Amino acid sequence: MTYLVLQTQLTDTGEWIANIFFYIIAAVAIVAALRMVTTNNVVHASLYLLVVLSAVAATYVILGAEFAAATQILVYLGAIMVLLLFGVMLTRAKIGAETDLDHDQKWIGALVAASLGAVMGYSLWEGFGDVRMPADQVPQRTEAVADEIFSTYIVPFEALSVLLLAALIGAVVVARRD
Amino acid sequence: MFLNQFLFLAAILFCIGVYGVLTRKNGVLVLMSIELILNAVNINLVAFGAFHQHLSGQVFALFVIAVAAAEVGVGLAIVLLIYRNRRSINVAEANILKG
Repeated sequence: MTYLVLQTQLTDTGEWIANIFFYIIAAVAIVAALRMVTTNNVVHASLYLLVVLSAVAATYVILGAEFAAATQILVYLGAIMVLLLFGVMLTRAKIGAETDLDHDQKWIGALVAASLGAVMGYSLWEGFGDVRMPADQVPQRTEAVADEIFSTYIVPFEALSVLLLAALIGAVVVARRD
Repeated sequence: MFLNQFLFLAAILFCIGVYGVLTRKNGVLVLMSIELILNAVNINLVAFGAFHQHLSGQVFALFVIAVAAAEVGVGLAIVLLIYRNRRSINVAEANILKG
């Protein structure tokens, strides 16, 4: 009995710590995302996006999806960010602040985003009000993920490989100078 | 931990991304906001995968990451082409389809 009490106390503490980390990470992600869509410097915006992507990877770790977190860091932070920075450089963005990055009808965008947020927030609150994550949450092992990809999802995986190849060849053809 | 913690984080990031897509003029910034939206959806997928103790959530998130890589490649190629032809990536100026 004491063991059981100790056990629940331990998991409670673990959950408490995970909650603290989650809220710190969520606050960082939201602040960085807001700065990303409001800053008037293109290079700063891409660096804020880097912060958001790292925070999302940390959220994956909290959720026990370690392979997704590693892939997020490798693909998003390693590859997609470099591509976006190349885009910034090749389109000769100004170094430093720019004045003309937003449309004039900013408030319409804010209105759409706010009403979308209100609808989603209400439906999430109604649908999953006090649904708790399973207490005995175990990390999803990379081995199991690989088994799942290469058995159940083998056909979508192959289709995705072909899609990636076609998209990259298409990108080269579109962007080629001739 | 509540499931809603993750879903609300994803919803907020999604809305910020939508705001970015709607208000930004610079084509590269629009692509960045789209990445933000895709990441918000990925949080949802992984959160539901962890909630149901099932692997398919994580597998779908990986698929979305791969499709996002393809999307950003093609998107940047298009933005570069617009820049080369019009010397500007202002999406408000790319309006020659307008009658």
